[in-house]
Amino acid sequence: MQLLSYLRSVAAKFFRRSQLEDEMEEELRSHIQHRADDLERSGLDRSAAERRARLEFGSRERSKEECREALGGNFIETLVMDVRFSLRVLRKSPGFTITAVLTLALAIGANAVVFGLLNGLILRPVDVPQPESLYGIERSDEDNPVESYPDYLDLRDRNRSFDGLAAYRITEAGLDTGKDPSRVFLFEVSGNYFDALRIQPYLGRFFHASDERGPNSAPYIALSYAYWHTHFQDDRGVLGRVVQVNKHPFTILGVAPPGFHGTLLFAYPDFFLPMINQEQVEGRNILNARGIAWIYLALGHLKAGVTPPRAIADLNSIGSYLEKTYPKERGQIRYSLSRPSLYGDFLGRRVQMFLTALMLLAGLILLAACANLGSLFAARAADRSREVALRLALGAKRARILRTLFTEAALISLAGGALGLWGSVALLRGMSAWQPVPRYPITLPVNADVNVYGIALLLALVSGILFALVPVRQVLRTDPYQIVKSGSTGAPGRRITFRDLLLVAQIAICAVLVTSSLVAVRGLVRSLHSDFGFDPRNVTIVDTDLSMAGYSGERVPEMQRRMLEAMRTVPGVESVGLIDWPPLISGAYNDSYVFRDLATDLRPSNAVASPFSFRMSPEYFQAAGTALLAGRTFSWHDDKNTPRVAVVNREFAVKMFGSAGNALGHFYKLRDGTRIQVVGIVESGKYKGITDDSAPAMFFPILQSPTLATNLVIRSSRDPRQVSGAIRNTLRDLDRALPYYIGTWSQQLDDFALFPSHVATVSLGVLGVMGAMLSITGIFGMAAYSVSGRLKELGIRIAIGAQPKEVLQAALGRAFKLLAFGSAAGLILGILAARVLASIVYQASPRDPLVLAGVIVAMLLLGLLATWIPAQRALSIDPLALLREE
Amino acid sequence: MPNQAQLLPGTLDLLILKAVSLGPLHGYGALLRIGQISGSALIVEQGALYPALFRLVRQGLLKAKWGTSENNRRAKFYELTSLGRKRLREETDGWNRLAAAMGSVLAAQPE
Repeated sequence: MQLLSYLRSVAAKFFRRSQLEDEMEEELRSHIQHRADDLERSGLDRSAAERRARLEFGSRERSKEECREALGGNFIETLVMDVRFSLRVLRKSPGFTITAVLTLALAIGANAVVFGLLNGLILRPVDVPQPESLYGIERSDEDNPVESYPDYLDLRDRNRSFDGLAAYRITEAGLDTGKDPSRVFLFEVSGNYFDALRIQPYLGRFFHASDERGPNSAPYIALSYAYWHTHFQDDRGVLGRVVQVNKHPFTILGVAPPGFHGTLLFAYPDFFLPMINQEQVEGRNILNARGIAWIYLALGHLKAGVTPPRAIADLNSIGSYLEKTYPKERGQIRYSLSRPSLYGDFLGRRVQMFLTALMLLAGLILLAACANLGSLFAARAADRSREVALRLALGAKRARILRTLFTEAALISLAGGALGLWGSVALLRGMSAWQPVPRYPITLPVNADVNVYGIALLLALVSGILFALVPVRQVLRTDPYQIVKSGSTGAPGRRITFRDLLLVAQIAICAVLVTSSLVAVRGLVRSLHSDFGFDPRNVTIVDTDLSMAGYSGERVPEMQRRMLEAMRTVPGVESVGLIDWPPLISGAYNDSYVFRDLATDLRPSNAVASPFSFRMSPEYFQAAGTALLAGRTFSWHDDKNTPRVAVVNREFAVKMFGSAGNALGHFYKLRDGTRIQVVGIVESGKYKGITDDSAPAMFFPILQSPTLATNLVIRSSRDPRQVSGAIRNTLRDLDRALPYYIGTWSQQLDDFALFPSHVATVSLGVLGVMGAMLSITGIFGMAAYSVSGRLKELGIRIAIGAQPKEVLQAALGRAFKLLAFGSAAGLILGILAARVLASIVYQASPRDPLVLAGVIVAMLLLGLLATWIPAQRALSIDPLALLREE
Repeated sequence: MPNQAQLLPGTLDLLILKAVSLGPLHGYGALLRIGQISGSALIVEQGALYPALFRLVRQGLLKAKWGTSENNRRAKFYELTSLGRKRLREETDGWNRLAAAMGSVLAAQPE
């Protein structure tokens, strides 16, 4: 009850505020009138009496202020009053308010976005129950956490640490539901997948370990909720329906819950299918091949009470068992554990590194913004020193003045924080909806959540209020009498102020950002024109897999030859080749080992190299624009009836045979002992990633080394977009049921291999622009303040004949000195920081004269832009007008 | 005014309560009444009076309403509430005890 009446009284006071003020005023006036009446009676005339009465009373404002305190010395009311007062003050100086709010909004926005990424990708676990105990198994001696199926079975059955060890693989397939067959993404998963992850179906049921009774024994699929929603329109009748996956019948058993998108954060499968049936999807049975690692990741919940180190020890003992039992296939194996959400450490570490660097840069932006705010607040306090002095002289308490300063700061922080957050939420929402690689269902699940809101608000308040503290000392030291008398805060020409240091720091930060974004842009431009070992211009790629339309055995090469011949007849096509996985756009494999011809012990530790391997048609090199350096390419006569041959790249030849000249006509061995003769040598190129060093590669003819994965590389004399229609028609005539993806090689390079560079360049560019904007406002503030503070001095200089150059030097010399100093420091730091960049952006080198020149020009432009208005103002000073004012 | 005494902290409220207990008063009236009953020995600063009045109203010891003064001017009149009367009694007793104690302490003679 008491609280209620308290609130009511507060509310009443709030609403009757003006009435109360009027009453207070009237009461004091009445008092003075009464006193004046008495004085008048004692013989003074009325006006003298009233003056005397007023004087006797003293400061009415002060009395009123104390009355207000006595009346409503409660927190909320004073707060409301402060807020109203601050709003009024801020409205009176829109320039200051807008600059401060925007500065803060930029910084908070940048930080909220980067934190949103960090939050969505690193901090967030996969959406399964008890995600904290979910671990993926990594190989600490290999980059990739892949396993072969037999190894997975050994791990699953022999470990004592996991509460069920599941496995998955991502693959593509053709799905025929009775309408047009379409390409889908699916997870091939172990039978125990859903049980080990503790996921319950949304509809129907899931398959289980008990459904696995040998190869192809579990023809079931479980749809993802999203696929069920978009492709089956939430039809509950799909349960039990039979669909064709790569021309094999599968029964729909159930639908996964809406929140479950598989065990990768960024790639959502359309459905799940037991990996025991992999032969029907992949076209060949690799369930028994211990040498083929095709399972993406084995993962599971650790049993209660099992710590990660214990689990690793357990796994390593299985590793040494495998090593002893299969000495031919297995070298030493060391296992480790990682979070599965970003495909273990393989991607996770890179993403984390990149985002940490980004967070650091965003932190720098915030720091720069704070520096800016600090000097803004300090400049404002200096400008307001007269007002503060006046208020002190009229009897305001210092604490009260500080309170209003803090209220202003808090208001600005809240407004800036809210604006920044609003922008970042919109940006994050856009990112979540964005599909960076149209070819694959990759998303960035980075919608803003409570964490992001909380961080943004916290940052805004802390930075805003922290920098409102800057002028506190100024206020506390203010001596009202001095200031009212002299009209100036006095001490110009102090050596180095705190604000100068802030500004230098800020310019340096900006220069770092500008340097790194220029380095990134240069790297990107260069990598677009670098030598990949093939020429992607004017090349269309038709990406398909013949198993999706049910091809197998002899029908595969026959169909592939028909496709090649049909494409050759398309008008505008110059040459057509076929390769299983085109370099740089489809994760090339380098999981095979090669040995010298004389080697007998074919263990991985004795291998000369593990080159990338490709299977291709004779015309591939011509179509791809890869130069043949020596020997010959294949012909259609290199088939099963002739000795095995290969074309290798120069790097391979050097590694295996010492030099390119020695390689031609010589033999090497594969893991299974097959002897291969080198018949040709091609230039080295990039195969997997654009930042990779030159790596060995070997190419096999498809007639000797068949492949279902079929990528047609079609070089045209015209714009690839013009031939794509004809290519589509030709494909339809060949086989209606074959799903495919068509795109240009360059476009897919952009989407795929250059994606990290693009992301890095864009984010650095955005941060660089932000840094530049903050620097401009910072320098502008400083220059404008230094000009306005020295108007009188400059006026006198002009009056006694100073030239414009000298005036500018006097007015802005300091600003430029700070700019030069900060830029130099930033440039050096930026060059150091760019080394980190080189790992993300191909050919990013800071020791590039163009980058250095670019940074210097950018900083100069920035300085000119920021000091333009203050310089104009300094030059247009009219000494006469100025002197008259005084 | 040689007989003026320094106001002890905290005594202003008591003085006001006492002044108002003799009949409703406006602010200036209270000031005069205090001067009058103390024989001009106690002078309240004009600016300090109103905050004290507002405080007492807020504590529920006084209540205020607008009226017309003897000078025919609009003025706000204060009077004691029952709570105010009680508080005045308590404070008066307390003060008397203190004054008596102080008096006897200060009157003590060396034996």
